[in-house]
Amino acid sequence: MSDWVEACAADDIDEEDVMRFDHGGRTFAIYRSPDDEYFATDGLCSHEKVHLADGLVMDDIIECPKHNGRFNYKTGAARGAPVCVNLKTYPVKVDAGKVLVQIR
Amino acid sequence: MARGMVIIGAGECGGRAALALRDLGYDSPVTLVGDEPHLPYERPPLSKEAMASDAPEIKAIASDALLAEKSIRHIHSVQAVAIDRAAHTVRLSDGSVLSYDKLLLATGSTPRKLPMPGLGARCVYLRTFADALAIRGHLSAGSRIAIIGGGFIGLELAATSRKLGASVTVIEAQPRILMRGVPAEIAEIIHQAHVAEGVDILCGDGIASVADDGNEVRVKLAGGREISADLAIIGIGAVPVTGLAAEAGLMIDNGIAVDAELRSSDPDIFAAGDCCSFPLAVYGGRRVRLEAWRNAQEQGALAAKNMLGAGEAHAAVPWFWSDQYGLSLQIAGLSDEGKSTVRRDLGDGAFILFHLAGDGRLVAASGIGPGNAVARDIRLAEMLIGKHARPAPEALGSQAVKLKSLLAA
Ligand SMILES: Cc1cc2nc3c(=O)[nH]c(=O)nc-3n(C[C@H](O)[C@H](O)[C@H](O)COP(=O)(O)OP(=O)(O)OC[C@H]3O[C@@H](n4cnc5c(N)ncnc54)[C@H](O)[C@@H]3O)c2cc1C
Ligand code: FES
Repeated sequence: MSDWVEACAADDIDEEDVMRFDHGGRTFAIYRSPDDEYFATDGLCSHEKVHLADGLVMDDIIECPKHNGRFNYKTGAARGAPVCVNLKTYPVKVDAGKVLVQIR
Repeated sequence: MARGMVIIGAGECGGRAALALRDLGYDSPVTLVGDEPHLPYERPPLSKEAMASDAPEIKAIASDALLAEKSIRHIHSVQAVAIDRAAHTVRLSDGSVLSYDKLLLATGSTPRKLPMPGLGARCVYLRTFADALAIRGHLSAGSRIAIIGGGFIGLELAATSRKLGASVTVIEAQPRILMRGVPAEIAEIIHQAHVAEGVDILCGDGIASVADDGNEVRVKLAGGREISADLAIIGIGAVPVTGLAAEAGLMIDNGIAVDAELRSSDPDIFAAGDCCSFPLAVYGGRRVRLEAWRNAQEQGALAAKNMLGAGEAHAAVPWFWSDQYGLSLQIAGLSDEGKSTVRRDLGDGAFILFHLAGDGRLVAASGIGPGNAVARDIRLAEMLIGKHARPAPEALGSQAVKLKSLLAA
């Protein structure tokens, strides 16, 4: 399946930061890690469906803006109360300065 | 054989503590005793938009299945009535007796009662899911709601009531709403939001009398005004639940007094969450009691660690949020520690007030705005507060300077 979708330009996102990306009625969060790699997860927190892109990225953790629930954005794993349900993650690649996400 | 750990109070703090004990690898018995009939659940939704639903649901912190998987014994609908410290036992209202190695008191707080005659069945308080359901039954288009007290719970309920079309009057004796802990500039934004939504807010007028004849409540104010309502909701603060601890002879000081490791005056009894007062390290050990959800979570987890002997001191910075209409308020730290403020505008009407101590230290930050506009900067401010940072006021005030860059400095 080659359902790679262009999300943004690579330099639209600062290092150690996150951006919201909406596509096909769904919402995702695209991350750029401190060591300049890109990742993607579901866009909404699994606690109360809040956009994670308003949250803070620290190392490989995204912290939810609403109640500070934490996830590892590289694996999607829930890492701190009140969240307990993991996030789905999506493959990401950078091609010619564009960030592409494989949406399934 | 180990007697195990007993936790009294199956709320946010008790529930988190029980889970944390297991996550830390503790494998002797863990018993969680609560006097409510429910699984441990989250209270914040009880006053917020979630209550506007036709059939509000409980937001449980742990399911029955999770408690079973973790071998946490949850005894519900039963109260702990006495602690025998010498015998290391707790007696419950059903007559049974539990033995403990360490005991955690997570008994929370309870609404402060309005000390007045004339209150009846139409004068209610909000603390539990049962309270919330009872209130929900009165909220509909055209119902008249009087809210006594312009604090967070009252104001959130005002917003929820308006969403359902009820007419709402908020009565606050102080000169403005949210006197405690919220800067005037931010309280004013919230006040205006309520006015724009059609809430009548009456400040600076005390209550002369309340009369509840079973059909309606009539609230007379000192200034002469009279408000008739189908329901009066009283939200004038909360008091810690300390009776059990006091009878056991534990030290009480605006809550069950604990040290930095959340240990009470009995080394085998800990207390955490809304029921305890503790030394807040970030302000040099000033003794405080917090009524905040994240604090209950963090202290539950910390108490669990220390019941297992970790000896770790509490170090977190207080944090609080409230949602009303589309606005969210977040506060990190306690703003009364500040001597001056610096304002940072974030666009869309969102802004943060940074509170600085006399020596320039950042001690608190209060933010308000639509959605989660202030969340990220409040979180960064919280970290700066925890580091005792002294950021330049010009940097705090300028949107061009990223707060994250101040953290690295
Ligand atoms: C309507 C509402 C809205 C809120 N909104 C927010 C918010 O937006 N943001 C925020 O930061 N905080 C909010 N809070 C505060 C937050 O919910 C509390 O700080 C938190 O619940 C405290 O947790 P706790 O476990 O210490 O106490 P609680 O949650 O009160 O739990 C204590 C439990 O112990 C039980 N208990 C007491 N004594 C005994 C006994 N002897 N035997 C057995 N059981 C006993 C009680 O019945 C209760 O179930 C809100 C609170 C309410 C009520
Ligand atoms: S909505 Fe994300 S932690 Fe609550």
